Amino acid sequence: MKKIYQNVFGGNSGFIGLALLSLLIMVVLPLSLDIFRLNLVGKYLTYAFVAVGLVFLWGNSGVLSLGQGIFFGLGGYCMAMFLKLEASSPENTKIQSTPGIPDFMDWNQITHLPAFWAPFKSFPFTLLAVIAVPTVLAFILGTAMFKRRVGGVYFAVITQAVALILSLGIDGNQGITGGRNGITDLRTLLGWDIRTTSAQYKLYFLTCILLLVCILVSRYVLSTRIGRVLLAMRDREDRVRFSGYDVASFKVFTFCMSAAMSGIGGALFVLQVGFISPSLVGIVPSIEMVIFAAVGGKMSLLGAVYGTLLVNTGKSLFSENFPQLWLFFMGGLFIAVVMFFPNGLAGLWVTLQERLAMAKQRRQTRQREIPDDGLEAPEIAKSGGEQI
Amino acid sequence: MTSETDILLSIEDLTVSFDGFKAVDALKLSIDRNELRVIIGPNGAGKTTVLDLICGKTRATHGSVKFKGHELLGMAEHKIVRSGIGRKFQTPSIYENLTVFENLEISYPHGQNVLGCLMFQRSDAVIQRIERVAETVFLKEMLEIEGSFLSHGQKQWLEIGMLLMHDPELLMLDEPVAGMSPAERERTAELLNRICANRAILIIEHDMEFVQRIAHKVTVLHLGKILAEGSMASIQQNERVRDVYLGH
Repeated sequence: MKKIYQNVFGGNSGFIGLALLSLLIMVVLPLSLDIFRLNLVGKYLTYAFVAVGLVFLWGNSGVLSLGQGIFFGLGGYCMAMFLKLEASSPENTKIQSTPGIPDFMDWNQITHLPAFWAPFKSFPFTLLAVIAVPTVLAFILGTAMFKRRVGGVYFAVITQAVALILSLGIDGNQGITGGRNGITDLRTLLGWDIRTTSAQYKLYFLTCILLLVCILVSRYVLSTRIGRVLLAMRDREDRVRFSGYDVASFKVFTFCMSAAMSGIGGALFVLQVGFISPSLVGIVPSIEMVIFAAVGGKMSLLGAVYGTLLVNTGKSLFSENFPQLWLFFMGGLFIAVVMFFPNGLAGLWVTLQERLAMAKQRRQTRQREIPDDGLEAPEIAKSGGEQI
Repeated sequence: MTSETDILLSIEDLTVSFDGFKAVDALKLSIDRNELRVIIGPNGAGKTTVLDLICGKTRATHGSVKFKGHELLGMAEHKIVRSGIGRKFQTPSIYENLTVFENLEISYPHGQNVLGCLMFQRSDAVIQRIERVAETVFLKEMLEIEGSFLSHGQKQWLEIGMLLMHDPELLMLDEPVAGMSPAERERTAELLNRICANRAILIIEHDMEFVQRIAHKVTVLHLGKILAEGSMASIQQNERVRDVYLGH
């Protein structure tokens, strides 16, 4: 029991951090925001799945992928295909020339459902696909690149190219993918209307819980020998290889894990926002997600969530007032993070804690130097301690 | 004198060329079990390249490297390691952010695939093995210290310890005493003699005094070819060796 507490929750400090985050997203925000704003937070939290995956992949394994939008998008499309099929029942679509198929197919003179859509009539298959499709693609891409020792900048560029290809591919095949508009007008999940306020609350909490589960799973994996091997690999890849490890398989593993998490995030995005489009798959969202992780601190799983929430809140506020300036601000933010606080918010937090600890120590030594103030000094120390 | 079964590693006609430049040229070399062999030679003779070829870091153009009768060329690096060959790099390669204990633990030769790592438990057998190896390489008191706080010599020992975790039958060391103090060299020589008892060791070294103390047999490499081979005394007498290497 104690071991699980240490490994999964990260001991006392890890548990407190997790408890604070849970308190914020599951109590404070739902109580203080209206459903419109809470739904926005829910949307941001789905991006946090990608950011957490990036902490795992980029921070801990040193592999920077600029194509995580691929996996987010694939998870999202899998879920959207299921919802769209449910929304396209023959009764709902009887005005179409071919009833029973999604509306955009009908507009494109397609007369029967493409074969790869058919399995998405099944909900269990869809749930499996949300995780399996991104994971399998990551496995193929990862194996092809890591076994050939493609890494660093080359890996980043190739993932970006794949993101571009995928978004263009979806964009260009309107008949079977919904094209640029994406898959829209999603209504019910197994007959449950996902557009109502109560459904949005439930989906928000589902998102929170799954996000916390992803963080716990990541923490556990990093607490096993894998965590230490990944750290060693970042330091001295050759030494690890010549200590009997197949380095590539570890990179493939972390890539697959980050892809699976991104896929879950994508599916939850679709459930909460009600649509998916190629603009969520391509290069720009993929890079934005790296910025979320960087701002939060690329080594900190919890930091990634805070980073995502902070950057997106900033984005909403700024883009409502200065839509043109937002992208410049985002770029500036990324440069600032890289140059001035490379460990992100999590790094700032650690520095702050160290400073406070040092200040406390200094105060204590000063008190010891003035023994005459014996009565008052402990009072000051006590109140000071509580402030910290 | 030496029968087939005594030979641990046999290299035949090993050649590697980089854009036409033959760094190693039709090399023939064999290492016996329990032998401590030192390779010497001037800069650019191809010494490190030979080690790279054996452990799979560099791919040979042609030739054959047989370890216990099995061909190594074309095998993946981690499989060569698992078959019983350990290699230490020229600059100490340890994991600075991990403790000495964790550094050694990474090299523990079981559960080294992804699934094995997920299931890995720090059992008593693991701890005992790590403590024994740490004692061998003079680091028993430093198990909880982070790698970055070790001295240069201690890092070299730690890397040797990491190799010993695997209990390799062939240990290849690239300049193990470079940058060490005389006292540390002394202890390293003692260490090498001790661990040589049940394995072969192949060492690249420049320090002739050190070579003299440890080598059973010396191979002189020059321009990718073997110039001379034999006991240290016979090498020191060799005219050609004096011309290209020792004389300077």
